[in-house]
Amino acid sequence: MNNTKHSRWLVENTDTILKEARREVGRVVEQPSRRAFLKRSLTLGGLSLLSGCALVDEESIETALSKISGLNDKGQGWLFNPNQLAPTYPDSMITRPFPFNAFYAESEIPAVDECGYRLEVSGLVADRKNWSLAELRAMPQTDQVTRHICVEGWSAIGKWGGVPFASFLRRIGADTSARFVGFKCSDDYYTSIDMATAMHPQTLLTLTYDNKPLPPRYGFPMKLRMPTKLGYKNPKHIQAIFVTNTYPGGYWEDQGYNWFGGS
Amino acid sequence: MNAERTRLIHPWWLRLTHWLNVVAVCVLALSGWRIYNAAPFYDFVIPNGITLGGWLGGALQWHFAAMWLLVVNGLIYLVANVVTGRLLSKFFPLSPRAFLDDLKAALKGQLTHADPSHYNAVQRAFYLFVIVDSVLLVLSGLVLWKSVQFPLLRELLGGYETARRVHFLAMSALVGFVGIHLVMVALVPRTLLAMIRGR
Ligand code: HEM
Repeated sequence: MNNTKHSRWLVENTDTILKEARREVGRVVEQPSRRAFLKRSLTLGGLSLLSGCALVDEESIETALSKISGLNDKGQGWLFNPNQLAPTYPDSMITRPFPFNAFYAESEIPAVDECGYRLEVSGLVADRKNWSLAELRAMPQTDQVTRHICVEGWSAIGKWGGVPFASFLRRIGADTSARFVGFKCSDDYYTSIDMATAMHPQTLLTLTYDNKPLPPRYGFPMKLRMPTKLGYKNPKHIQAIFVTNTYPGGYWEDQGYNWFGGS
Repeated sequence: MNAERTRLIHPWWLRLTHWLNVVAVCVLALSGWRIYNAAPFYDFVIPNGITLGGWLGGALQWHFAAMWLLVVNGLIYLVANVVTGRLLSKFFPLSPRAFLDDLKAALKGQLTHADPSHYNAVQRAFYLFVIVDSVLLVLSGLVLWKSVQFPLLRELLGGYETARRVHFLAMSALVGFVGIHLVMVALVPRTLLAMIRGR
């Protein structure tokens, strides 16, 4: 999205945004109340679509929608071509400033200590040793200028650099026939991805943004950048990576965002 | 006379796909407005009170469920129309001249609806337009949902950001169609009976 437009919109809609934010906070607090989600998903504005009408009960609609979302996950996994690359752009097309986006405000970005930082690796991997930033920086690096697409619809082009995730997974002897790779982050965010996307040539264990060390607002010390996935699938401030066959879910995914969440 | 009156105007599969399509279009439009509100690219938002889903995640779930109904039902409608030859016989011939003549007559209130099994040139153009528009909606939606997997389609639609606008404008055209469509049906209520009962 055009940024001046975005900020103008922000100014004009502060009220709505505040309300949304309050609702979001409310949602987090009352989590995991399935009942509450259900009410929201059925709301046609203030009115419940089915209030006063007992033909279909609300819970069965919510279950049906979640089931369809699960089927969509399967379909998307099947449709995913592991060799199909996302488009890349010249440096001149980078969106400046690249937007900050998280489930909390910019003032709450976690401060991670560079020296003490160790990336934890666990699950179905041969080598579970922790990784320091220096060790990660010593691995062969690459970079990409790709489009970040948010679940809200806006997009922005950025430049990320780091270690191809596939080479990292091979290096730690990950079982690449496992189904999921999960992430735990220092901002308490968590998410997980399918192995096919983890092995995609553009999936990057990102250490830099625009040729500089990844700044805190973009996920210091490390984020996973996948141009084939929506923003909420790209974890920042990664603390731990694990390979598993047990569905790990995710922060937004557990609240109703589609798990596959990408193209 | 009697035989004439009980002649089938709309086959059962047409009525079924039409009404299923109404459900799909309503759910997709109402939830789509909510999704648009999450990051509007025009200077307006749609009042949340007339949207479906309650929040972005709920709206997306409705949208990504109803899209299957729209696509599968729409394909059945199209294939059945082509295979039975109904598409050709109902919507063609169609010429700009006939369209303008019928449009003038319609605006003067001179169009007769003596035979509801026959579409005049305005109806033909109108229905063909919304069919093509729906196809454009699905294709632009596909680019938004799977921008990496369909590079040719993405470039044809001008890239991800342009495809968003195309999707929104195609939605607006469809909503405009529905508005006029409902007025016409209200003016000639007999057609509604036919679309329900078939005769
Ligand atoms: C509650 C809403 C609706 C009502 C009451 C309604 C009613 C009707 C009626 C009565 C007809 C037959 C009209 C005639 O004889 O000319 C018709 C045909 C048609 N309607 Fe609707 N409609 C509705 C919504 C929609 C929507 C949302 C769409 C698509 C976006 C749509 C697309 C069509 C098409 C394409 C035809 C022609 C079908 C054919 O003959 O193959 N309608 N509708």
